[in-house]
Amino acid sequence: MDYITLIQLLDSTVRLATPLLLACLAGLFSERAGVFDIGLEGKMLAAAFFSAALASITGSVWIGLAAGIASSLALSAVHGLASITFRGNQLISGVAINFLAAGMTVLIAQDWFAQGGRTPSLFGGARFEPITLPFADAMANVPIIGPLYEELISGHSILVYAAFLAVPLTWWILFRTRFGLRLRAVGENPAAVDTAGVSVVGLRYAAVAIAGLLCGVAGAYLSTALQAGFVKDMSAGRGFIALAALIFAKWRPWYALWATLLFGLFGALETRPDVIQSVIGIKVQGQILSALPYLMTVVILAGFVGKAIPPRAGGEPYVKER
Amino acid sequence: MDVMPKWAEVILVPLISLLLAALLSALVILAIGEDPIAAVTLMVKGALGSTYGWGYTLYYATNFIFTGLAVAVAFHARLFNIGGEGQAMLGGLGVAIAALYIPWPHWTLALIGCGVMAGLLGAIWAAIPGWLQAKRGSHVVITTIMFNFIAAALLNYVLVNVMRPPGSMDPASARFPEAVHLPTLHELLAPLGIAFSKSAPANISLLVAAAACIVVWLLIWRTRLGYEIRAYGHSQPAAKYAGISPVRITMVTMIISGALAGLMAINNVMGESERLVLNATEGAGFIGIAVALMGRSHPVGVFFAALLFGFLYQGGAELALWTSIPRELIVVIQALVILFTGALDNMVRMPLERLFLMFRRPAPPANSADSEPKPGPRSGQSEGAE
Repeated sequence: MDYITLIQLLDSTVRLATPLLLACLAGLFSERAGVFDIGLEGKMLAAAFFSAALASITGSVWIGLAAGIASSLALSAVHGLASITFRGNQLISGVAINFLAAGMTVLIAQDWFAQGGRTPSLFGGARFEPITLPFADAMANVPIIGPLYEELISGHSILVYAAFLAVPLTWWILFRTRFGLRLRAVGENPAAVDTAGVSVVGLRYAAVAIAGLLCGVAGAYLSTALQAGFVKDMSAGRGFIALAALIFAKWRPWYALWATLLFGLFGALETRPDVIQSVIGIKVQGQILSALPYLMTVVILAGFVGKAIPPRAGGEPYVKER
Repeated sequence: MDVMPKWAEVILVPLISLLLAALLSALVILAIGEDPIAAVTLMVKGALGSTYGWGYTLYYATNFIFTGLAVAVAFHARLFNIGGEGQAMLGGLGVAIAALYIPWPHWTLALIGCGVMAGLLGAIWAAIPGWLQAKRGSHVVITTIMFNFIAAALLNYVLVNVMRPPGSMDPASARFPEAVHLPTLHELLAPLGIAFSKSAPANISLLVAAAACIVVWLLIWRTRLGYEIRAYGHSQPAAKYAGISPVRITMVTMIISGALAGLMAINNVMGESERLVLNATEGAGFIGIAVALMGRSHPVGVFFAALLFGFLYQGGAELALWTSIPRELIVVIQALVILFTGALDNMVRMPLERLFLMFRRPAPPANSADSEPKPGPRSGQSEGAE
């Protein structure tokens, strides 16, 4: 494998890891506050549709992004209502949200555009265009660093840079602010937070809303940057891979970055079987690569390679008085 | 605890939830510019208006009975098995192996043999997450989700690389031999003089599914194991204190649950397609969740909820055929049913409980509120019960 192939491979790794990273951070906020969220997939899907739909109607990708975030937030509100206010089962609520998004997106797409559950193809201002960083063209001919800068670091859409910046931001919010401390506390011991006079319900709603926001960006990236338009079920299990990455990362922001990059690499390799064959000399089946994130998560969950300990109050609705 | 009478708990709460889901679905149909009443009429006519419609409705219902029972059994031990989809896929693999590689003399023996293989592979696919939960403390919900994806990848691999007949481009197994053909309802009812549509896929598996309902009822409410499963589901510490092994109950429950989900394959793989294709399960594993929630995890409830979803599935297909409403409407209805009967259960229950309390208050005057002065035997008992 030559250097250019490696750069190309890493480039598509970054592209494929971005939605995973955003969804993984979304899950991180929610689960750190004690609300399990297996509805990441559905929120992404809804956001992917509404951002593509609105971008296609208005011609502005930013309005699309706002619509995507709004739709994801609406589903977050449903999840919050079910799992925080009415103390229902958070897992069942997540399952319902996934199906709701899977059905509604196609239903509305068919009603609005009548193209078999997809939106028209997006072009021009209705898409997030790649950004060429300064001096990228000038540096292209410099050996080693040139292609690295021009291909890998430059030339992504703004959402990719936003996703990578979200990692230190998440770390800072969770581990360096009062809000973050309280948010983590509410996922470990909500009764203690309540005793301190801080609203458990408020904190959990805030966490679920942040998750909605991040899933909204992830979905918008799928349909307006990674691809040009919405197609049925386009999230294709990414929400679950993000969930797997979250466990793999042991609910930590920086680990989440590495985990999603790793799973993004698997995705990139799946499209380039020739690269694998030339590197390790054996033909690896695509199905094995697509199952690998899930297999690795199961191994991690089983505690054979380091133990993943979830937030202690995760999944439990908080009841003020017993 | 028992604020509401039992009938309200068992019938009223799910009924109101269902009505809410139906109301929202009607609004969705209105919003996309169709007439909900016309849609329902069309669905009823398409799903129940002919033996052809009934044949499809019952075929889908058979799938959902198996997956619904699988989820329901796990619910009794307070385990949430989302892996029905993957377990049913593996069940299909088991049916294909048994049907293709063993020369069965007659369909009755084939049904038993293929059923055992389907249940076995489904059980194995559920036993691994069960073991991980029991021994390593990994959450069964997450592992069963992961196992759904692993099952899909495994099936894809097997169909493309191992079971695909030479020369075929289709990722599917060879056709099963004639000897394993299961009698359809048409063939079963013809000797009785009842004319049933020839082309509908409902088959003898329906009777197996009905029998499975009875067996599950006996297991949960009439055996020692069923008692232990329920006890474990109610209170894990109490069950442990009573000498019930959490590892054993978790494992056994997951194995039974997986076997039931796997058994679905005798209907869709052996009875309908008569070969193993990709995505043979068509999401039936997930519908099992809605069915179990709506049926309150009771086999009778599961049976009727499965019939309802069978009707919705067939009716939805008819809708997609004759109107501009896509099939995905059924996914929306399914989501709303799961949301209202499963997650937003308390939204219905809390006001209802308040309502019942309001009407109840005048009846027993010396109840919980002022029980300090000389509690009568009745109020003392009720306190002990709580």
